[in-house]
Amino acid sequence: MSVIVFLDNKDGAFVKSSLEAVNYAANIASVKGVDCIAVSCGKLSNEVLESIGNYGASKVVSNNTENADNSQIASLVSNLVESNSASIVVFSHDFSGKAVAPRVAAKLNAAIVSGVVELPNFDGGFTVKKSVFSGKAFADYKVNSEKAVLSLLPNSLDVITTDNKAEVIADSSDLGTAKMVIKEFKKKGGEGKIDLNEAELVVSAGRGLKGPENWGMVEELASVLGAATACSRPVADIGWRPHHEHVGQTGVAISPNLYIAIGISGAIQHLAGVNRSKVIVVINKDSEAPFFKAADYGIVGDAFEVVPKLVAAAKALN
Amino acid sequence: MKILVCISKAPDTTSKILFTDENTKFNETGVQFIVNPYDEWYALVRGLELKEQMGGTVTVIAVGGAENDPIIRKALAIGADDAIRIDAEALDAFAVAQEISNYVSDKSYDLILCGKETISYNGAQVPGLIAEFMDIAFASQAIKLEINGTIATIECDVQGGTEVLEANLPIVLSVAKGMAEQRIPNMRGIMAARTKKLEVMPGSGATNNCEVVGYSLPAAKSGCKYIDPDNAEELISLLRNEAKAI
Ligand SMILES: Cc1cc2nc3c(=O)[nH]c(=O)nc-3n(C[C@H](O)[C@H](O)[C@H](O)COP(=O)(O)OP(=O)(O)OC[C@H]3O[C@@H](n4cnc5c(N)ncnc54)[C@H](O)[C@@H]3O)c2cc1C
Repeated sequence: MSVIVFLDNKDGAFVKSSLEAVNYAANIASVKGVDCIAVSCGKLSNEVLESIGNYGASKVVSNNTENADNSQIASLVSNLVESNSASIVVFSHDFSGKAVAPRVAAKLNAAIVSGVVELPNFDGGFTVKKSVFSGKAFADYKVNSEKAVLSLLPNSLDVITTDNKAEVIADSSDLGTAKMVIKEFKKKGGEGKIDLNEAELVVSAGRGLKGPENWGMVEELASVLGAATACSRPVADIGWRPHHEHVGQTGVAISPNLYIAIGISGAIQHLAGVNRSKVIVVINKDSEAPFFKAADYGIVGDAFEVVPKLVAAAKALN
Repeated sequence: MKILVCISKAPDTTSKILFTDENTKFNETGVQFIVNPYDEWYALVRGLELKEQMGGTVTVIAVGGAENDPIIRKALAIGADDAIRIDAEALDAFAVAQEISNYVSDKSYDLILCGKETISYNGAQVPGLIAEFMDIAFASQAIKLEINGTIATIECDVQGGTEVLEANLPIVLSVAKGMAEQRIPNMRGIMAARTKKLEVMPGSGATNNCEVVGYSLPAAKSGCKYIDPDNAEELISLLRNEAKAI
């Protein structure tokens, strides 16, 4: 028995969403009274590997294979599940989780529930809550199979750390041949830009800004706050901003601590991708804009007057 | 090129999300169902573009009852050649993927295209499950796809950027925005769709490993605190001291 959790890494460190997944897996393990074993693929320093103990894993199984594809990582994870007779496997519902978790579920004939937002409930069975309808509702899933793969929605739960270190176990098992070859990695945005998927603070703007030439103040506010930038769909569709900034039901779904919406009306499809943000600020010159109904703080005013004031105030704060 | 596009129905994006039967069922009253946007706008259209470039066929497949036929006809109107509906009640993605892979296993499709997730259950599971059941390559969250002979070159969204991958066909893709542009069916397409072949196949008895037992709605916001635009600076101090968000 034990709970297994997969950890993704980038540039020699674990990614933030993976650390959340480890914490979640460790919490399940402690409810169940079993161990939490993390599994990692790629070359990492011993120090980085051990540090995963801070998040609650007692062991970390590390395979050195670089650039493994999702089928190889799925083999690594499912072999570990079998050898530990584990019944629960945890991923983050991030890019790597979406690529690997379904493969693992298929290999193990396991139930897969992705985008979970709470610890499972084991009273008289096994149910777990996940986000559905693009953040507009939750569904409780009942797991009927022996094994389950759960993937945690990023930024859903607070992370609690300790000083514990994990025992590092080197794994040199054969992962089989890759089905895909990675040719190139293209870094998004410029140096120092914050990735939207990972961002805790997001400054977003819509058609109210009139044209791409007016994004300077949006970028400046984002940069002063240390926030990522985002936009509404029409703004990406007309090419004012890149596609990867489009948030909403048919774009990126995010749940940062703070979402500032400037000149965005708050259409239902836009709200669906951002309504899980902890604090929402809306700046719109139309007091009837639907977004105000979803807001925690609102300013009814002209973005071209309001935003520069915010930039100045945020600068003064730093 | 034999291309298969997996489609699913989803409630229109403006639907009211409400539940019935003591919050155990999605309330479909008055809800208009559409082809899941990722399946239609990106997976189907990229499939059609590749067919136009290289020749071949585009088949759409859906798992479920006859209530799926309107969305299947829509996909045919946009340009798919024919369609298959597997008449099975699949309660989870596992069962859907198993039904599709059981059907597909001896059909030698070169390319299986799926949307990256449905806008209803946001699972992002079916394509990866199909790939593993069939033991073939899986490109997750793909935004570009080119085919050269038997080699697919794919660009995928990954943590912090994109990755360019190469794989031999056959391959399964889950596709995201950037892959193609939405196409609106024209009158000719709509007429033609009526007579295109929609084959209904029995299910193969796939397993449901999990099921929804209840729904709930998020807690409502307590209300918006307004700040005078003349004192916009105050927002920054509220975010720091009250909301503790910055
Ligand atoms: C199937 C489907 C899926 C969709 N998916 C998405 C999605 O994923 N994401 C998404 O964003 N949209 C999506 N949409 C589009 C959505 O319905 C809206 O059309 C879109 O969100 C509107 O973008 P906007 O708020 O930037 O523009 P608008 O609706 O034009 O709003 C602009 C706002 O700016 C305000 N404004 C104007 N000037 C100023 C000023 N000087 N200062 C301050 N405020 C000002 C206006 O009062 C207005 O409220 C989808 C639509 C459909 C049909």
